[in-house]
Amino acid sequence: MSFLDVLEGLRFKKASSPIHKLDPRVKFALALSLSTLALAFKELLALIALFTAHVPLILLGGVIRQWARMMKGASLFAFFIFLTNFLFIHFHPGYAALSPTFVLPISMALRFLTIVGAFSCFFLTTSPDDLGLALERHLVPFTKWLIERVPRLKGAIDPYGLCFAFIASVRFIPTMVEEATSIVDAQRARGLELDRGGLLKRIRGYVPILIPMVINALRRSDELAEAMESRAWGAVKERTSLYELRLKKGDAIVMALTALAFAIAVYVRISIPIPL
Amino acid sequence: MIEAKGVYFRYPNGVEALRDATIRIDDGELVAIMGPNGAGKTTLVKHFNGLLKPTKGEVFVDGVNTKEVSIASLARKVGYVFQNPDHQLFCESVEEEVAFALRNFGFDEAEVERRVTWVLEFFELTPYKRKSPFTLSVGERKRVTIASIIAWNPKVIILDEPTLGQDYFQKEKLRDFILRLRKRGGTVVLVTHDVEFVSELKPRIVLMADGRVMADGPAESILTDRAILKEASIFPPQIAQVFLELVNVGLPKGVINVEDAKGALLRLLRSMRS
Ligand SMILES: Nc1ncnc2c1ncn2[C@@H]1O[C@H](COP(=O)(O)OP(=O)(O)OP(=O)(O)O)[C@@H](O)[C@H]1O
Ligand SMILES: [Mg+2]
Repeated sequence: MSFLDVLEGLRFKKASSPIHKLDPRVKFALALSLSTLALAFKELLALIALFTAHVPLILLGGVIRQWARMMKGASLFAFFIFLTNFLFIHFHPGYAALSPTFVLPISMALRFLTIVGAFSCFFLTTSPDDLGLALERHLVPFTKWLIERVPRLKGAIDPYGLCFAFIASVRFIPTMVEEATSIVDAQRARGLELDRGGLLKRIRGYVPILIPMVINALRRSDELAEAMESRAWGAVKERTSLYELRLKKGDAIVMALTALAFAIAVYVRISIPIPL
Repeated sequence: MIEAKGVYFRYPNGVEALRDATIRIDDGELVAIMGPNGAGKTTLVKHFNGLLKPTKGEVFVDGVNTKEVSIASLARKVGYVFQNPDHQLFCESVEEEVAFALRNFGFDEAEVERRVTWVLEFFELTPYKRKSPFTLSVGERKRVTIASIIAWNPKVIILDEPTLGQDYFQKEKLRDFILRLRKRGGTVVLVTHDVEFVSELKPRIVLMADGRVMADGPAESILTDRAILKEASIFPPQIAQVFLELVNVGLPKGVINVEDAKGALLRLLRSMRS
């Protein structure tokens, strides 16, 4: 089922690989660069190159199976992107020749897949703990800096709270996947058929699944907040952490390579026309 | 009739939840499946309506292999009430919730209404008819889910932890209902940790541990067998404990509930008097 596949494609599993060992910030920069470039180019050749560029990361990280499931789930959306672009271009006056009508829609679908793939790679190989550390490490000094400049914001921003909210949402993905499976089972036991009927009927079939998921997520977040507060969350103003993130030599090299590749791509975008 | 033959089941993450589980449940039987957490009880009963298909082995419902039919057609025959009510409630009102499955199975509107009214009345949910199921208490939510399955009158009813969060009075009603279903020839499969509840029903008991069926027999013999119960992390019901301790001063064996205890004690007192 596509929507469970998507969730599965974001689920971190502990493993040891060169990609897993990279600093989360470096990996984020990588995913962000790829996505930015994917948005900057609309030529098919460039997008093929960008899409191909993230495949070695998936292979090195050993997350190809989860990535493939994610791609399978995302391909439905990619197809819609293709279709809308195709229809739009096709019925737009002035674009009569058939070949470019196909090329651009394919590029647009590929752009989407590149962005999804790059971030899927990031989430699949970065533990929520690392993510939290990285986020806190930068968000806390930043809010301090901001409050010094704009004193009115004092008390309005809670960086630890923001980090926690983000990490909690990542951390609960596995729980949500499990819950979704169980909800699908429960509704099928009551005669719900998800894989039958027309498109509209199928979409309506997801209502009995999405509503319990949302309700349970809300209920869980309420309970989590109460549980955290009863264990004195926020009692300490400045927190320290047991592990500190440090950029290693490998991180620096990957970062430098990413920056170099990014610079080259920007140069190509500005001054070299791509034929397709 | 449900028949599981040498069923193995492995979850996608590699956990082997069933290892050679074999069980046969005849029409009209009342069976309680018991055992420690993680024994594989839920996994086994999910095979009975086709939600899970064995990795190895076979499951037959009325002679039909579950691998060969859709869940929807099996579900019509085998109703399954899930452990957690929050995994199925989604409608705006209790009434709609109960009608959901009936509409899926193609009952006409008049019949849907008749059944909804009946089942809500039976489970004392009529006052909540138009309320949102999300605003009800845990016990009430559980009752709504049970009602929503009973409504289409499946031949076999599987109840996973039906007494969870129910007060004494509601348990009593549930018990009455199970007995009534049986009288009408219905098959009931209970999954539960509630020995006191089970002891009053005196069903056939199937004990599970580590994905296997480790004991199978009438409640009177299983619930008084200390060695087997210990292996399945179950404590005998309190009445059974008293009678077990006092067997050597002349109390009879196999007494597990209040009714039987009363009879046994009366007989004993009468024989002492005469
Ligand atoms: N969806 C799942 N994915 C992976 N493993 C699972 C899943 N559901 C259950 N398991 C595992 O399978 C085993 C049997 O679980 P099951 O839910 O059948 O036990 P149970 O006897 O119903 O326990 P309980 O009394 O807690 O309800 C457990 O080890 C459990 O961790
Ligand atoms: Mg269970």
